Amino acid sequence: MSEQKKRAAHEPLFHLAKRTDVNPVRAWVIRLVAILLGMLACGLVAFALIEKLNQNPEKITDFYYSFIKGSFTTERKLWKFLKNMAILQCISLAVTPAFRMRFWNIGAEGQTLMGVLGSITVAFYLGGKIPEWQLLILMFIAALIYGAVWAVIPALFKAKWNTNETLFTLMMNYVATYVVSYFLVIWVPSGSSTLGKLKFGKLPPLPFGNQYLLIILIVLALTVFLFIYLKYSKQGYEISVVGESIRTAQYSGINVEKVIIRTMVVSGLLCGLAGYLIGAGLDQSVTTESVGGQGFTAIIVSWLANFNPIVMIITSALISFLNSGAAQISQDFNVSGALPDVIVGIILFFIIGCEFFINYKMVFRHAANGKGAAK
Amino acid sequence: MEKKIALSMRGITKRFGGVVANHNVDLDIYEGEILSILGENGCGKTTLMNMISGIYFPDEGKIYKNGEEVVITSPKDAFDLKIGMIHQHFKLVDLFTAAENIVLGVNEKGQHNMKNVNSRVSQIAEKYGFHIDPQKKIYDMSVSEKQTVEIIKVLYRGADILILDEPTAVLTPQEIDRLFAVLRRMKEDGKSIIIITHKLHEVLSVSDRVAILRKGEHIATVDTCDATESSLTEMMVGKKVTLDIGRTDPVNVQPRLEVKELNCIDAEGIQVLKDITFTANSGEILGIAGIAGSGQRELLEAIAGLQPIASGQIIFNNPKKDKPVTFFHKSLKRVKEMAAQDAFHDKNGAPMRFKGMSNAQIKAQVAAENVLFREDEVMNLRGKTPLEIRSLGVRLSFVPEDRLGMGLVGSMGITDNMMLRSYRKGHAGFVDRKQPKALAEDIIKELEVVTPGVNTPVRRLSGGNVQKVLVGREIAFAPKVLMAAYPVRGLDINSSYTIYNLLNKQKQNGVAVIFVGEDLDVLLALCDRIMVINSGKVTGMVDARTATKEEIGLMMTQTDTPAKEVAQ
Repeated sequence: MSEQKKRAAHEPLFHLAKRTDVNPVRAWVIRLVAILLGMLACGLVAFALIEKLNQNPEKITDFYYSFIKGSFTTERKLWKFLKNMAILQCISLAVTPAFRMRFWNIGAEGQTLMGVLGSITVAFYLGGKIPEWQLLILMFIAALIYGAVWAVIPALFKAKWNTNETLFTLMMNYVATYVVSYFLVIWVPSGSSTLGKLKFGKLPPLPFGNQYLLIILIVLALTVFLFIYLKYSKQGYEISVVGESIRTAQYSGINVEKVIIRTMVVSGLLCGLAGYLIGAGLDQSVTTESVGGQGFTAIIVSWLANFNPIVMIITSALISFLNSGAAQISQDFNVSGALPDVIVGIILFFIIGCEFFINYKMVFRHAANGKGAAK
Repeated sequence: MEKKIALSMRGITKRFGGVVANHNVDLDIYEGEILSILGENGCGKTTLMNMISGIYFPDEGKIYKNGEEVVITSPKDAFDLKIGMIHQHFKLVDLFTAAENIVLGVNEKGQHNMKNVNSRVSQIAEKYGFHIDPQKKIYDMSVSEKQTVEIIKVLYRGADILILDEPTAVLTPQEIDRLFAVLRRMKEDGKSIIIITHKLHEVLSVSDRVAILRKGEHIATVDTCDATESSLTEMMVGKKVTLDIGRTDPVNVQPRLEVKELNCIDAEGIQVLKDITFTANSGEILGIAGIAGSGQRELLEAIAGLQPIASGQIIFNNPKKDKPVTFFHKSLKRVKEMAAQDAFHDKNGAPMRFKGMSNAQIKAQVAAENVLFREDEVMNLRGKTPLEIRSLGVRLSFVPEDRLGMGLVGSMGITDNMMLRSYRKGHAGFVDRKQPKALAEDIIKELEVVTPGVNTPVRRLSGGNVQKVLVGREIAFAPKVLMAAYPVRGLDINSSYTIYNLLNKQKQNGVAVIFVGEDLDVLLALCDRIMVINSGKVTGMVDARTATKEEIGLMMTQTDTPAKEVAQ
């Protein structure tokens, strides 16, 4: 008898049960709570790490104010925030078709960088020699081709020899970086590896509104286009079927190899377009850091939006807001280096972690024995 | 003789999310008896047993062993209480011998002395009448032998309560008889045996008592001697059901699909199909029987264009009456010319283009066309992709075994799943959802599919409803050949009979139906002819109206029987 009593004691404190009825309102409340908790955790970390805060605890309100100041307090900052968001959204849209096909393309960084390189190469050699509008069109075409080629190489290997697309696309990022370095060495004889701003090949701003408005509108149009493409086109349908089950796709007569390659070309073209917006629209130059890690951030943006282009507007806004807020903090509190990354990382951890609580619930021991576990 | 209660459950409830798998179940198991747990799929049989064997933990309720309350949180707890479960899917290490698998995980002091283990295993086997070689490796074993290893594994640990989850699903009739003999001997030895099953005749032949579960609730426990098949079904389903598959005689039988000396080699280089030759006729249901994994899947997939073929022919005979104009196949230049000349027939059925020709000319022309037509009507499907087969005008429908992994897309609604076959028809680059939606609504209405809406992901529907959607779609395309692999697996009785009726109706409409099944009783009641395959070879073709289960069971296991054609 005593042995069995002992056994009763090792009944677990709680066990996890999968939710079958995920209420969307409840899910968004959980996500919001997660973001707030993440902010709170950031405050605690900042309190521990930033000396200025440590000595004056009342300054913690400044800390949170800086977050908002990063994006919203002045008109200039707001436009800059919208521009950053548009570029991030564009790259996120680019990775989405492949992700919906369960093709884990983490090479958007390299594909976009190649897009920048493509447009700048044309501007470097042809700038001033042909009319500006022709130059801009050639830059556009070059950017798309560079991006698509960079994306289609891993797709071909995947379709023909079933290579691992994740490793392949990751490695292609490094190759892209070195290709850019190579051209910089050729183009900049001084050896400083910094290409000055080119005089030609600048995307003209719209005759009205802010200088970034054109980029923002292009990305907005692209968002709508991609939403329709994925939801209402035959190709979008094929992507969904291949993503769900290759066997079902084969059964229904879909040429899986063709769909994989075609979808990666679409992804690559969109990355190339993002590269064009960066190269011709903003920088007029290229460095190995032109994309600045946004190719990787885009993966999170796309994933958080559950690969829905319209929802992606919200998630790219959120991530852009966090990035500029964190940057503002490091400026205001005079801390450099990794702190902004730490802050963004903490909040992302909370956002991604909360998905677990949306899909599972914890059932505690006493609740399980009583009648109240039915919820 | 007064019997002692070995194990009892009181008020057991288990929920998964919003689904109640078991609700307030009370159940007693006596020493020295065989208790069947009977119920339709999804009624909570396996969940209930998993709580006794420590896989799940009940949300509410108590379990008593020999009158004392026990808490079972892991399979180890269950073993300590001498409860052992033999799962439907065996959990054995292929590279180990039977004896090594049996002692795996047994905590005894010191090293295992394999000699002792072997002799102990042999002792147990002898005691209960098993046939087993303790030193045989698992990968050399048949399904039935593997099951024996699983049972001995449990006995070796000293279990006195044995739970068997659908033990007969994978066995031939002969093997089932042997298993039941062993179970009876264990019962005489005082052990309690619980069998989870949904096969009524097995319940009646082997068990002492039957506990019936319906929708997670314990409906009743009856003594087997007082029960009949129809009384049990009524309790299981909750209403009276007629268990009769109305088989009609085949009409207008013509060869529709001829498979000749088909050989297939899979990706690992193993020959999965060996010289398969058979004919599927229109207006007839051809059953395919065999132990799981004998090549049934590969055969159907080879016909559907999904499995590479090493050698052999798959000939499809398209019926002549079927719209003559469509036979002017675009790929043939000669036919194109004729179509341009006016290929339509006049009132008397003579092609109008013969106007003004002499009799001799017409004869020559007709002879030439007949050759041409026959070539066009008789199509070889070998080496064609599913899309090529469809574009040839071959209406071949296929209900694959893996419904959600191959036949349907689980995350999509019924409408989008209808589009799997028809999405290419839409205008320009866009899909047309109107027609698929109408079809989806028709299927929901006609086949009584229970779903919240046409856009609810089919993954969330019950097994029976998923199958109705899949079979409904495949039938909607008016097939000439309908292949169905295990179409009633996992379905409740009502849904199963719906599917049988649909197949029968297709047969009456002149479709050549190929039915791969596992339940021999159903195969014998539904089909006209039954082809038996074993390790990728045809081992027999029998007339389903005269054949017996034993006869087919023998063909399923014997390897070197020459194929004999009993029925035409």
